[in-house]
Amino acid sequence: MNADQRVVEKIKAAFPDAIEETNTFRGEQTLFIRKERLKGVCQLLKKDPHLSYKFLSDICADDYLPEFPRFAVSYHLYSYDNNHRLRLRVWVDDPEEGPETVGTVWAIGSWLEMEVWDLMGIRFQGNTHLRRLFLPEDWQGHPLRKDYPLGYEEVQFSFNWQEVDAKKPYAQE
Amino acid sequence: MGVEQKLGDMGVITLRLEDLVNWGRTNAMWPMLFGLACCAIEMMSSQASHFDASRFGMELNRPSPRQSDLMIVAGRVSRKMAPVVRRLYDQMPEPKWVIAMGDCASCGGVFNNYAIVQGVDEIVPVDVYVAGCPPRPEALIDGFMTLHEKIRGEKLTDHA
Repeated sequence: MNADQRVVEKIKAAFPDAIEETNTFRGEQTLFIRKERLKGVCQLLKKDPHLSYKFLSDICADDYLPEFPRFAVSYHLYSYDNNHRLRLRVWVDDPEEGPETVGTVWAIGSWLEMEVWDLMGIRFQGNTHLRRLFLPEDWQGHPLRKDYPLGYEEVQFSFNWQEVDAKKPYAQE
Repeated sequence: MGVEQKLGDMGVITLRLEDLVNWGRTNAMWPMLFGLACCAIEMMSSQASHFDASRFGMELNRPSPRQSDLMIVAGRVSRKMAPVVRRLYDQMPEPKWVIAMGDCASCGGVFNNYAIVQGVDEIVPVDVYVAGCPPRPEALIDGFMTLHEKIRGEKLTDHA
């Protein structure tokens, strides 16, 4: 039994309804986890001596705007003991009710969740430290969402030079 | 052999005070250490031996705004960095000048997005814009020369 199968079996033994779907692409396994079961699965993956995914390398989020559920959050795990990588994926319908925080499982989790909240606006349940990390503290909105405007300023060409220049906020002395 | 032997007694030079002051200001500028992105590599290169900014008396960057009179904004300025740039500019003593080095500092360059200030002239008044992505050291030195030309034409009352 290889490492990919062992993970699935261990999770299925502890949480029979946790895994919605499994997906293997180019030798990397992704498990789609039910949102309510995420924290339990994470605790199992870290604590189980045969799995020991002690390193949470990243948390990412995707925005599939016209589709529903709109957001997906990915957890990238690494096991030093087995030299094995695993990706967990959770669908999120409502960004205000995101998955439960994994900051209590891996300490870095609360920081990575802060980044996801800053740029994508997914509120992780139980994370009380969600504040602006990369953006200025008074920023409005979450710029990596698909409905956030792409360009910032109209591009200045020779035909609309005056028009754009008139709107430009030049600094005072 | 010094210039004294060539010319004999140096005697007296008459010139306008304004010209003397401007000559002094152009030939001993103190740039502030302000590398924000890849343009800073070209800025370092223009100060190093090959291009040698010490020909203009500006080979040494100061890490403190209080000791400098020229701010070379080398690179893109993010919106989070913008208040810092303005604060450092305000801490520099008069007279002071700003060079926007490269496309990003001049107009935002390729980064037309939420994170980058669309031209550093939105936060500090810019004297010379240097085009290029990044500009070659020659282009930056041309910017220095343009700034020197501007300063030579300044009046003492401009900084009063």
